[in-house]
Amino acid sequence: MFRTFTLSVVAAFGLATSGLAAGGEGHVEDFDFSFEGPFGTYDQNQLQRGLQVYTEICSACHGLKFVPIRSLAEEGGPHLPEDQVRAYAANFEVFDAELDDFRPALPADHFPESGLENAPDLSLMAKARAGFHGPYGLGINQFFKGIGGAEYIASLLTEYTGEEKEEAGVTLYENKAFPGGWISMAPPLYGEDVEFADGHENDLHHIAEDVSAFLMWTAEPKMMARKQAGFVGVLFLTLLSVLLYLTNKRIWAPVKGKETS
Amino acid sequence: MAGIPHDHYEPKSNGEKWLASRLPVVGLLYDTLMIPTPKNLNWMWIWGIVLTFCLALQIVTGIVLVMHYTPHVDHAFSSVEHIMRNVNGGYMLRYMHANGASLFFIAVYAHIFRGLYYGSYKAPREITWIIGMLIYLMMMGTAFMGYVLPWGQMSFWGATVITGLFGAIPFIGEALQTWLLGGPAVDNATLNRFFSLHYLLPFVIAGLVIVHIWAFHTTGNNNPTGVEVRRTSKEEAEKDTLPFWPYFVIKDLFALAVILAVFFAVVGFMPNYLGHPDNYIEANALATPAHIVPEWYFLPFYAILRAFTGEVWVVQIASFFTGGIIDAKFFGVLAMFGAIAVMALAPWLDTSSVRSGRYRPMFKWWFALLVIDFFALMWLGAMPAEEPYATFSLIASAYWFAYFLVILPLLGVMEKPLARPETIEEDFAAHYPKSSDATPAE
Repeated sequence: MFRTFTLSVVAAFGLATSGLAAGGEGHVEDFDFSFEGPFGTYDQNQLQRGLQVYTEICSACHGLKFVPIRSLAEEGGPHLPEDQVRAYAANFEVFDAELDDFRPALPADHFPESGLENAPDLSLMAKARAGFHGPYGLGINQFFKGIGGAEYIASLLTEYTGEEKEEAGVTLYENKAFPGGWISMAPPLYGEDVEFADGHENDLHHIAEDVSAFLMWTAEPKMMARKQAGFVGVLFLTLLSVLLYLTNKRIWAPVKGKETS
Repeated sequence: MAGIPHDHYEPKSNGEKWLASRLPVVGLLYDTLMIPTPKNLNWMWIWGIVLTFCLALQIVTGIVLVMHYTPHVDHAFSSVEHIMRNVNGGYMLRYMHANGASLFFIAVYAHIFRGLYYGSYKAPREITWIIGMLIYLMMMGTAFMGYVLPWGQMSFWGATVITGLFGAIPFIGEALQTWLLGGPAVDNATLNRFFSLHYLLPFVIAGLVIVHIWAFHTTGNNNPTGVEVRRTSKEEAEKDTLPFWPYFVIKDLFALAVILAVFFAVVGFMPNYLGHPDNYIEANALATPAHIVPEWYFLPFYAILRAFTGEVWVVQIASFFTGGIIDAKFFGVLAMFGAIAVMALAPWLDTSSVRSGRYRPMFKWWFALLVIDFFALMWLGAMPAEEPYATFSLIASAYWFAYFLVILPLLGVMEKPLARPETIEEDFAAHYPKSSDATPAE
């Protein structure tokens, strides 16, 4: 009885857990990112390209207020050399309360906040959105394919239909990925918006993917260290389990009338 | 300590005697660790250790998290991001703490349903059961308040919805809600008191856990047969039991290690799977999320809360006879707390003299249905409040109450139980035929 019970608990738990509200009605494409799955890692070159897309396009309106600029130099991220990070920081102006004036940013400062009031901060966007949470709200899709925040961003950037409408003086743009179908952000990317120094492909699909990967990193900068810790943890605990299994078997053998080997 | 006869600690050296006559702490530890334990316990008896571990894990990770967290509406969200980005190993601490809550609830539900199946709540273990229910209630309070601390959208709106339940209490509700929140709405005062209580309650739980253990160490463990250990002599008791150390300590640690391997896989590879994406958006009192959904472990009771709308005839009757004092909202609140209360009353609602579900042919099926019902409610709690989910929720809620209030009392009268083994030794020998002629080592 309890064996079936335990099995059904495990199965049902997998199915019935948490009603994640998900990206909902919008259509989220399943992009193939390098950081998916237990062994997935960030592609350092992709993060650097994504940083370039963010800097040249997104940062005009959006901010990354939770991200310290110095973290661009961290391993498991874009991993830029220190001098490049310093030069990059100097592109931004920040307000210094001590000077009571603006000064060029230092690596210790954070990225600026959103410049446009209704442009949300992007630091955590890749964790604050989700892909398809079905079927039937059971979360099976997310169990196998991840929560889908980066997919959502990449879909949003690529699924403008070109239709526009005006509502209460605001221009809305039709977007198949956006819940409700109409978004107030004008299409930010068209393809070939940026030139990569290494000559990497810069069509719409590629740059959308690159900037989404970068935003996944800004949301979860320690992902690689975390997966490694998880891997080591699982490995050692599995080993411990085996040792305890053998110990337990040996201790109980005389009680159960079995031969000890 | 009363209970099963067994060997007690005898101080031998002069030093031991000196200590024992002043503070018998060694004897207490010895008796606790060497307690005679029914030797036929199955794998459903491992959850106690898992729960103890969870409590320790939550307290230890929590204490370190507090060192870096700021309980203020302007800083709470960014201080959590500070933990995730700048604190050494902070991301692991936070993910272990957040997922640790889930493990805690998986374990507590397994533990409770084990008790319900094997009749662990029945005499003489009612106090153990009641203390357990108190611990469970406190766990829910602690988890709920902890979820508010990161000050994300779901933190804020979850707090708004749940504290709103107190507002549904007639006459004093609104004043009570304001008193709980420290103001007219969820704000800095709310965050501060939730933080304070979230730190306090785990230590209250720890105290209750000691009482819980004390209680069942007095009565002895239940076991899969529900047959009591023989207490007439030490020799007979020893045929039914084995000391907790090393037999059950090692067995429990093995189970714990396996469970922790899975836990680490979740923390390492999918730490946000059980969370809600909206909680990575900072709390905003002006933007209500599309769906406000509690954490998975509250969903069954959340479904019961929502099931009783104004269209349900039970609610209409209650409203009619109380002159509208019990409206649909208050009825829902009563139903939600009632769902836990009926569970706490199980020792007195179950009329069967047979403890274990193993020997109750009809009970088995009703119990299996209860487990299915529990998961159905969990799923329904996550669904939007619309048809057909509303009707399903009502049916599933009705079964939850029917199980405790109708089925358990009736089964004791109607059911014809199967033959039970005379002793635990007999049951154990049936599983391990060669064991009867073997003597336990050490």
